[in-house]
Amino acid sequence: MRPIATTRSATGIPTGRLAVWWVIASEIVIFGGLLASYLMHRLGHPEFGTGDYAGATATYIGAFNTLVLLSSSYSAVKAHQAAEVGNGPLAAQRLLYTAGGGLVFVLVKSYEWYTEISHGYTITKNAFWSFYYVAAGIHASHVIGGMVIMLILYSDVKNNKELQRVELIGNYWHFVDLVWIFLFPLLYIAK
Amino acid sequence: MSDHGHAHDHKGHGGHGHDAGHGHVGPSYEKTFITLLVLLAISVAGPEIGIKWLTLITAFGIAIVKAYLVASRFMHLNVEKKIISYLLLAAVAFLFLFFAGVSPDVMKHRGNNWENVAAQDEVDRATIESQNVQPHH
Repeated sequence: MRPIATTRSATGIPTGRLAVWWVIASEIVIFGGLLASYLMHRLGHPEFGTGDYAGATATYIGAFNTLVLLSSSYSAVKAHQAAEVGNGPLAAQRLLYTAGGGLVFVLVKSYEWYTEISHGYTITKNAFWSFYYVAAGIHASHVIGGMVIMLILYSDVKNNKELQRVELIGNYWHFVDLVWIFLFPLLYIAK
Repeated sequence: MSDHGHAHDHKGHGGHGHDAGHGHVGPSYEKTFITLLVLLAISVAGPEIGIKWLTLITAFGIAIVKAYLVASRFMHLNVEKKIISYLLLAAVAFLFLFFAGVSPDVMKHRGNNWENVAAQDEVDRATIESQNVQPHH
């Protein structure tokens, strides 16, 4: 028996895909609220851009992670493309590449946090670092969640089952990339 | 199937037969990806010039363009049913409402009949301190 999310389309949009759009809409409010809060503090506190605040973040590490996430997003859309033509094994392989990008991102982020914490930039250092760790931490947890889902899907997709799910996880992954696109200039560039 | 033919249809394996195929025609995924990389390079190089307004344009202006490219080309919002765009825009509208309601209290530290002494003191303290401290990176 196939899941309702796969077979029913009451709105003209498959229920599974509609559900992912709803998830993304709610995530916009979650991440958006956080980013909007950061933005208003940044604008009201000029010291955020200096010294022991945003001035201490490593721009090139952030840029590298942006490159990694953009590349994994490209890999995700290519997995979707392979799924569309019914090539499950290729789609599964590209999902693995995408998850691999997520892994690189998390590893680089871990190194970055280790360096920052060892220099005394902890979550309680000041308001900037509180925002930094909360925003980047919630984002990283979404990256890890996406990787886990891709690994769960891998086996079915490789056997040409439930290929529509490649697009669903892809859309989620693109959104995670999209959040980072805004986090990067806010936390690393605006100094 | 070429990059241009995003048909949004998994008939035969997914079984849900998306909304009759979007027939996406536009720049290939490769071109979109390369454009994103070029924009990333500009957003990193912009601040090196040291002009503040140029940094803001290259950082946030380009972030908006990159977000548009990812949403429209990779998430296929350009060929998705309009109701989804309205749904996402409604979520963004709530953010603007939130910002408009809260930001005056956070961004300003004094008004006609009030003053946020603690916030202003923190700005003064941190500004002086940050001038005396060099970042570790």
